Amino acid sequence: MFATSFMMNAWITATIVAVVAGVVGYFVVLRGEAFPAHAIPKGAFAGAAGAALIGVSSLLGLAVFALLGAAGIGLLGRRGRNDVATALTLVVMLALGAAFLSRTTQYEPEIYSLLFGEVLGVSSSQILPVALLGAACICAIAVLYRPLLLSSVVPEVAEARGIRAHRIEMAFLIVVALATAMTVPVVGALLIFSLMIGPPAAARSLTGRPLLAMLLSIGIALATVWIAIAVAYLYNWPVGFCVGALSAASYGVGRGGAAWRRSRAAATRRPVVPPRQPVGERTGR
Amino acid sequence: MHAVYNAIFEPGFFANPQVHVAVTIGGLVAIVSAVTGVFTIMRGQSFGGHALGDVSAAGGAGALLVGLSPVAGFVGFGIVGAGVMDMIGVRRLRGRDLATGIVLGTAIGLSALFLHLTTTVGATSGATQHVLFGSIFVTPAGTVPVVAALGAVALGVIAVIYRPLLLATVSPDVAAARGIPVRVVSLAYMLSLAVSVGLSSLAIGAILSTALLIGPAAVALRLTRRTGGAVGLACLIGVVTTWLGILLAYDSFYWGTSRQALPVSFFIVALIFASYLMSGVPAARRMVR
Repeated sequence: MFATSFMMNAWITATIVAVVAGVVGYFVVLRGEAFPAHAIPKGAFAGAAGAALIGVSSLLGLAVFALLGAAGIGLLGRRGRNDVATALTLVVMLALGAAFLSRTTQYEPEIYSLLFGEVLGVSSSQILPVALLGAACICAIAVLYRPLLLSSVVPEVAEARGIRAHRIEMAFLIVVALATAMTVPVVGALLIFSLMIGPPAAARSLTGRPLLAMLLSIGIALATVWIAIAVAYLYNWPVGFCVGALSAASYGVGRGGAAWRRSRAAATRRPVVPPRQPVGERTGR
Repeated sequence: MHAVYNAIFEPGFFANPQVHVAVTIGGLVAIVSAVTGVFTIMRGQSFGGHALGDVSAAGGAGALLVGLSPVAGFVGFGIVGAGVMDMIGVRRLRGRDLATGIVLGTAIGLSALFLHLTTTVGATSGATQHVLFGSIFVTPAGTVPVVAALGAVALGVIAVIYRPLLLATVSPDVAAARGIPVRVVSLAYMLSLAVSVGLSSLAIGAILSTALLIGPAAVALRLTRRTGGAVGLACLIGVVTTWLGILLAYDSFYWGTSRQALPVSFFIVALIFASYLMSGVPAARRMVR
């Protein structure tokens, strides 16, 4: 399981992916941007089909389409409400993808692996770009950390301090797009979404402190991908299924744990510090 | 005159039985989606509407695997998914977003499993692409009555709850104060959304399902503020873009020399997106004044 080189590649890339998904996903959940986080990877998949059509690297196609998707969502969306813009951007990208696919003789298994991931088929040459893009995402989040957190949690205060909400939104969507471009070839367009939602949501229901929640979310994401790879290797199950199931399970456990703590706190009449309003609930909506 | 006519309707368009089925199903689905879509947008549930398409596609993949009828798979999974979404996170907008995401993630995982098992066990080629993209031109004629019946169910539910749904959408507090069971209304709406989306992703594919749910309704709501007017306008836009898209896709076979048609979904989405962009113009003008 650890001896062969292709398995080593799988462990390394999956680890990078999990760390990035844990960090970026924390903000996805905090900002309530699950739809863009689903739409950008899924739409970017069309870019890979386009790249195959004109014969360039699929990573380039993915990156271009992911960025286009982020731009579309950011530009079409109005402040605070971008779900319609996201839906329209997504269908436009998918329709382009359908047009590209109708022009190529691209083979079915390739589509499946782009959508659902092929973590056991990562080559050594793919590790470096994945690591670089991953580092870029983490750096971007580190730079944006304070304004991003502020504008996600208390948008009014952020606005008063001169933080432009729309710029932050745009910057964050670009980070999601970068994270997408690097992760799609590894875990697939659809599964990166589960990884960006389940572990951070579980972490947030367990603690209200941002840094701790982020670390916890990385930890859960790592456990999820490691178990998924092990199961995929041992039993030949699709990685995607394990990632999806474990993400949902961790969310369920997190919710259950939070409910249990609440009921225990209520029973001993000792209110836990922030009882019902964990950090990050926008108050205005 | 005849040449112009032939250039618009390439030979055999009206005689082609596949075109008949596509036009019938496309029209029916466009109307059902447009009506549900207006409420979907007003309630801010576009994500849910899109996610249910993927959830029901997972059901379709499961039905393919165990040999059930695809209708049962699509609509059944959609209804279960909608029920779970409604159950685990309805109170806040933010919670709903997350609940939708969790259900969607689980459904995607399941479809990975089902498709994996189908392609390894059954060796059904094209399963992945078919479930994901679908095509209006390969829909069998036998689907028409099923689509019509289920569409009527979805529209019937919405017609029955129309007024309470509208009030609960615009102002949940007022609705609750007037004694409207907001939870029940919301659940009934989610179920009709599930039927409508499951139906459309079965008949015309996941891309068009979302496009026809959100697109025409978004255009209509930009043009008029009255809900009744928006519903009518959305139906009109949906049907016109769908039929025009089918015509263009049929004609595209004769364009150029490659003798290869472009997909219908491409044309319909392009038309919808163009009309969305154009519908922004009057709104922007009003803002300037």
